[in-house]
Amino acid sequence: MAVPLLQLKDLSVAYRSRRGALRAVRDLSLEIAKGQTYGLVGESGSGKTTLALAVLNYLGKDGYIESGQVLFEGADMAALDEAGLRALWQGGMAHVPQNPFTALNPSMRIGEQVAEAIALNSEIDAPEIETRVLDLLAQVRLPDPARVARAYPHEISGGQQQRVIIAIALGRQPSLLVLDEPTTALDVTTEAVVLDLLRELVRDRDTAALYVSHNLGVVAGLTDRVAVLYASELVEDAPTKELYRQPLHPYTRGLLDSVPRLGQRKDVKPLQGIEGQIPSLTDLPSGCLFAPRCPLAIDQCWEERPPLDHPTPDRRVRCHRWPEILAGEVDAGRDAVEPIQVEDYQPETILTVEQLDVQYPIQRSLADVLAGEPARYVQVVDQLDLRIRSRETLGVVGESGSGKSSLARALIGLVAAEGGEVELLGVQLPARLDARSTETLAHLQMVFQNPEEALNPYLTIAESLRRPLRNLRGMSYAEAQAMVPQLLESVRLPAEYARRLPGQLSGGEKQRVAIARAFATHPDLLLADEPVSALDVSVQANILNLLAELQNEHDTAMLFIAHDIAVVGYLADRIAVMYLGQLMQQGPAEIIFDPPYHPYTEALLSAVPPPDPFVKQEHIRLSGEVPSAADPPSGCPFHTRCPRFLGDICVEQEPPWRETQDGKAIYCHIPIEELQAAQSPVLRFNGEGD
Amino acid sequence: MARYILRRLAFLALTLVLTSLLIFVITQLLPGDVCRVILGREVGEAASQACRAELRLDDPALVRYGDWLSGFLRGDMGLSYSTDAEIGPLVAERLGNSLMLAGFTLAIAVPLATGLGALAALNEGKWLDNLISVFSLAVVGLPEFVTGIVLIELLAFRVGLPANSSIRPGTGFFEALPSLILPALTATLVLLAYIARLTRAGVLEELKQPYVRTAALKGLPRWVVILRHVLRNALAPTITVVAISFGWLISGLVVIENVFNYPGLGRLMVFAISRRDLPLLQGVAMVTVLAFALANLGADLLYAALNPRIRVGE
Repeated sequence: MAVPLLQLKDLSVAYRSRRGALRAVRDLSLEIAKGQTYGLVGESGSGKTTLALAVLNYLGKDGYIESGQVLFEGADMAALDEAGLRALWQGGMAHVPQNPFTALNPSMRIGEQVAEAIALNSEIDAPEIETRVLDLLAQVRLPDPARVARAYPHEISGGQQQRVIIAIALGRQPSLLVLDEPTTALDVTTEAVVLDLLRELVRDRDTAALYVSHNLGVVAGLTDRVAVLYASELVEDAPTKELYRQPLHPYTRGLLDSVPRLGQRKDVKPLQGIEGQIPSLTDLPSGCLFAPRCPLAIDQCWEERPPLDHPTPDRRVRCHRWPEILAGEVDAGRDAVEPIQVEDYQPETILTVEQLDVQYPIQRSLADVLAGEPARYVQVVDQLDLRIRSRETLGVVGESGSGKSSLARALIGLVAAEGGEVELLGVQLPARLDARSTETLAHLQMVFQNPEEALNPYLTIAESLRRPLRNLRGMSYAEAQAMVPQLLESVRLPAEYARRLPGQLSGGEKQRVAIARAFATHPDLLLADEPVSALDVSVQANILNLLAELQNEHDTAMLFIAHDIAVVGYLADRIAVMYLGQLMQQGPAEIIFDPPYHPYTEALLSAVPPPDPFVKQEHIRLSGEVPSAADPPSGCPFHTRCPRFLGDICVEQEPPWRETQDGKAIYCHIPIEELQAAQSPVLRFNGEGD
Repeated sequence: MARYILRRLAFLALTLVLTSLLIFVITQLLPGDVCRVILGREVGEAASQACRAELRLDDPALVRYGDWLSGFLRGDMGLSYSTDAEIGPLVAERLGNSLMLAGFTLAIAVPLATGLGALAALNEGKWLDNLISVFSLAVVGLPEFVTGIVLIELLAFRVGLPANSSIRPGTGFFEALPSLILPALTATLVLLAYIARLTRAGVLEELKQPYVRTAALKGLPRWVVILRHVLRNALAPTITVVAISFGWLISGLVVIENVFNYPGLGRLMVFAISRRDLPLLQGVAMVTVLAFALANLGADLLYAALNPRIRVGE
């Protein structure tokens, strides 16, 4: 049998810390064959990044291999001296990290940085190097390679930076690519293009890849095999399709059930998150590490660490109960979460937004001001109209730069809108926060993206929760204090959390506190700006369900903003799609996944990697970059990138709003009937006509 | 870029005007009478009156300031109260001496301190790091007259370097070089800890950046990663400190200049203050501020050259 390209044998990796050695990876064995793409999935804290760095033998000064071996082409990497290791990095394996911007030297031109990667292992002269650099930049499909080569990293977009990193990796013609969340920092349409590129490069060059990701969708579409990591251990390992068809470990199953599929809705098939959180490395349970969160845990699981078994020659799983799971005798799905009831909302309108404009000034120099140059603005929200009815959830979806967060910030009053009318409950809402009454502030509350920044780290949870009660509901200290346990209970947190500081809570728990704080005033409208995007998937599902339940309880309407169209589709009753400060499409959530679509919505749906290797997806990719909001395109804002571009009319004229019979509205020059005829459903499930 | 420099120069002119005003106001507030200092305490009221009239001390302050400013703009700094000599040439000569000493000091201090700082960072926590930290902190804690005298003891008495400046008007750089060594070394010891510790912190910070990992994983030798990638980014904050040090070297070396009897601007300023010699003080201060400001401008330009993110336009 041929030697595998990469072999990990009983590998344990630890970090030196003040509290002693922290074992981030334990007893892990894995083999990657030539040309194979291996997925490595896990939540934050699972040890996946450590494993990737251990494969590269680049653990930093505190990390070290505690026991076991990393064999590359049969040779033990621990035996390599510095020169040997450098030779390996020059030709054997290459790394593509998560954040491309910090991975490039900010003060060196791109061309120089790419040249460094190729000039080492070949004796070639300067003009030849330059040709090779331009050639590499062209291979990763960067437009105008000569310009990119002369640019500094901050002068190109995030997607372009990541392509530069890939070019640097390819420059050495590696036989193994270690990809650590290479698309996590990118927008979904950019991610799709980068993933296509990676897929193609890996296939054409017969390069093997270790693909580390928390995103089950990305892994499903890209890999041959997947290993699942939990709290430093390998818990399951199987060919990709088998893993998704029948996960044998309850954790794998939990991860899959936590991710909303495109078209999955809270009132039909609710998400089932995993309770609890990943254990700290300093305080691991003695039995199965997953037992505290496992719906199938029995006494044996608490006492005895399960061995890594082989249910089939091709699969491995670390669970005492896999035979029962395989035979279908037990089901690791939760005791089915009740579908979340959606009452028919009343038709009364609670929020009306008309012609809303939000601008940020571009800084002018003193000389420009003296010379009388007019002030310039970035138009982040452009003449936007919206309507939210009582108890309704309006989902706003868009990529970075679409203006979705600025919309929320203008509504809550954190930025003053430049123009337009906003009415809440029939009363006009002043643009500036300080002009709003206490009552108005209580009616309108917000949950922010990052719970780490939304809570004052020096206030206890009780203090944070008392503030809205005292300031906005006029309660006395005693009254407010008496409410705290109730608020905590409403977000399923124990009452003793009241005395804790935010630093003692996990990210998901902090977000629960932030949600409790927002609901404390019984708001009529809740603005939720990416409330789950900073959280792990298993936590995300629980938070989404919690939001929906509290919303039902309080009869609150919600403006739910997210970049993930599957998440928005799960929670929202109606969806609005935003691009460059304008709406492209709106309509009932149930029908957003069916044609006709706005061409941008179509591209967005086509870009989302479905967490299911059996789904067939239309292949629509956007070219070019999002135009600058300081200089937005004329006519239809999407015309510079539109795959269904008609011609001059799109450049010269603003499109009309066209409506379908079932209530969908599309901002496009193409008539509804033509869109309907030209478009097929973006997603098709195998074996079903659905 | 040209516009940026022009704008900075305009601000520089503004700074100079404000400084001159400030100095003028402060010197008005200083206690003591110039004529009493010049003539001594025992002279009669009449002589004092005559002296005040000659120096036009009884004119309103604003008028005197106006006179001084117009003179300064024409390149005439006036006459010193205490020596009756032209101030312009005197200040120019001392400035030359100070520049010579400052330049020589930086030529020793900057490579030495950044080298030690980088070396300490690369050996973080090891004995070399500790040794460098202890040594540089120990010398910065000692006043210059102590380190200066120790250096005289070691290098003047035993090696034979001149401890007493022989610089006269018109002495060339190479002729002056031996007398520069001891004062420059003393000043270097003062600067060493600042610059070395700043460099150490900068290098440690940059070493944590992911781009260092990218560079290392290209298979580049470690020294290439350090020199080409890390130092370039790590030295940016150091440059600002070097610029401020340059200002200090021009005007703040009073103690060192006294220990080594070096004819620099610092001593001239102390002389002017002790004699209530307002025009001389004005002249020295203006030149000092100018030196400070130009050093800062130079630092900003160099910083921009090393950091392309702040280079363009804005």
